[in-house]
Amino acid sequence: MATQHSRSAARLMMAPAVVLLLGWMLIPLSMTLFFSFKKYLPLRGDSMANGLEWVGFANYTRFVGSSAFWPSVQATLTIVGGVLIITVVLGVLLALLLNQPMWGQGVVRILVIAPFFVMPTVSALVWKNMFMDPTNGLLAYLWKFFGTEPIAWLSQASLPSLIMIVSWQWLPFATLILLTAIQSLDGEQLEAAEMDGAPSIKRFWFIVLPHLSRAITIVILIQTIFLLAIFAEIFVTTGGAFGTKTLSYLIFQRVLESQNVGLGSAGGVYAIILANIVAIFLMRIVGKNLDA
Amino acid sequence: MGQIQLNQVTKSFGDVQVIPPLDLTIEDGEFTVFVGPSGCGKSTLLRLIAGLEDITSGHIAIDGTDATDVPPAKRGLAMVFQSYALYPHMSVRKNIAFPMRMAGIDQAEQNRRIDAAAKALNLTDYLDRRPGQLSGGQRQRVAIGRAIVREPAAFLFDEPLSNLDAALRVGMRLEISEMHERLKTTMIYVTHDQVEAMTMADKIVVLRAGIVEQVGSPLELYQRPGNTFVAGFIGSPKMNLIEGPEAAKHDAATIGIRPEHIDISETEGTWQGTVGVSEHLGSDTFFHIQSGLSAEPLTVRAGGERKLKYGTEVFLTPQIEHLHRFDQHGLRIA
Repeated sequence: MATQHSRSAARLMMAPAVVLLLGWMLIPLSMTLFFSFKKYLPLRGDSMANGLEWVGFANYTRFVGSSAFWPSVQATLTIVGGVLIITVVLGVLLALLLNQPMWGQGVVRILVIAPFFVMPTVSALVWKNMFMDPTNGLLAYLWKFFGTEPIAWLSQASLPSLIMIVSWQWLPFATLILLTAIQSLDGEQLEAAEMDGAPSIKRFWFIVLPHLSRAITIVILIQTIFLLAIFAEIFVTTGGAFGTKTLSYLIFQRVLESQNVGLGSAGGVYAIILANIVAIFLMRIVGKNLDA
Repeated sequence: MGQIQLNQVTKSFGDVQVIPPLDLTIEDGEFTVFVGPSGCGKSTLLRLIAGLEDITSGHIAIDGTDATDVPPAKRGLAMVFQSYALYPHMSVRKNIAFPMRMAGIDQAEQNRRIDAAAKALNLTDYLDRRPGQLSGGQRQRVAIGRAIVREPAAFLFDEPLSNLDAALRVGMRLEISEMHERLKTTMIYVTHDQVEAMTMADKIVVLRAGIVEQVGSPLELYQRPGNTFVAGFIGSPKMNLIEGPEAAKHDAATIGIRPEHIDISETEGTWQGTVGVSEHLGSDTFFHIQSGLSAEPLTVRAGGERKLKYGTEVFLTPQIEHLHRFDQHGLRIA
């Protein structure tokens, strides 16, 4: 890519992809912004053809003013935080375990990764009906076996249940990335630490964990992006009831259940802002691990 | 203090025995080098001494006390690894401090030892850098520093210079020898490079397939190799080994003669040959001479000024008093 000629040829070749990607991103974004400043209630006869009424920031104030807004932000952050903690901690432990030489390693690794291949809708339904159902669920049987009253998971402990379901889906991803990171650790470093008098707990703390820091950063960043937008799991389990209404679920309700496109669009802009705030925080905390 | 004794030590990986029963004593303060071709078990032997591998049978004693089942950290040995094994996320200071931190030595003493080690190893200006910002030689020094501050009973080096370029290697070789003179601590050094072994060792242990072929001082090994393997392995360029009728004339199955013990002449001599490639090193010249005596050409050392054209017919005369004789099992005769 040295000569003038090859550089301009490269630009020409890349142009279609860049234009397509930009369009893909910019058109929905600008339409969301456009609708968020309009009154747009399709059931009341509003349509693009009739021209939409400009309402300024009314949608924005109404969206924040709703009693559902702050609880939804809280629910979103709780789910994201809970799932991140569970997947990273268990992911590190599972990766350590899977890194041990054992019989049937290949099969076990595939089994561990398996949940990631199950669609979110399906896995949430499986959890809801097979495990968490208060009368027929496996967990209910377990509770009865020990002589206690079964828990109605999705209504009594709705947020923890959702966190459990989503963690189950994302744990393989975390484990996989952390496992490859552990495998790249130089064995001589561990041996050196052993000779230096570090018992296994300290070897983990001073050698393995710092080595994993970059992989953990990547797991946290990627998962956060996806977890901020989880929807299917909530839709098929609680339907947003019992305090599980996340920001993305609230937007869905405003647009499709209340048929208020303008209000939903304003919510969408808030979701973008929230995602950016979270991203900036994460970058501040863990981003420095990506340097060097 | 640091006398290390191996008693009937064996090591097997599954069904494969890599170290057959082996006895070896390393005296306190000695610089011992394990040398041998790759895969001869020298690194395994070092790791057995370090405790990083469990021995299959036998006993290891350090300073007279049995250390067979003592974990590596408690053996009082420090090891320098081939890859240096520095902790990449810690500064040089923290790397060097790590073993002391694990041992719970107080901060003032830690700093004193770090500063002393840094000064001895020319690392004072680099204490706050990360290993990734250092050159190969500096990393090597950090690894040595990390070993020194523990004040171990013995140092174990696992091919520490093999990742350095040739010039640095010569420098580090001198530094390690210097350090040994200063500290007078037992050192065990593993290498496949017989030059390192010859230049640094008090005692060389030549290994082949886990078996100790010969133990002795560098000059002993050079002057009186116990068998054909040691004869061929120690010394650079290699000793010329000749089998067949020429050896039989000297009542041996194999005779060996070092390149410097053959006189070369264009007019007369015992053996006849043709000059092949000549290597001019300035101080010496090595001629590779094709003769009917052995499949490989004979190597002959001559003075630096000596010049012989490719293809010249020459005569060679071995110095009989420097001839090594070996029997049909490869063992030295007298």
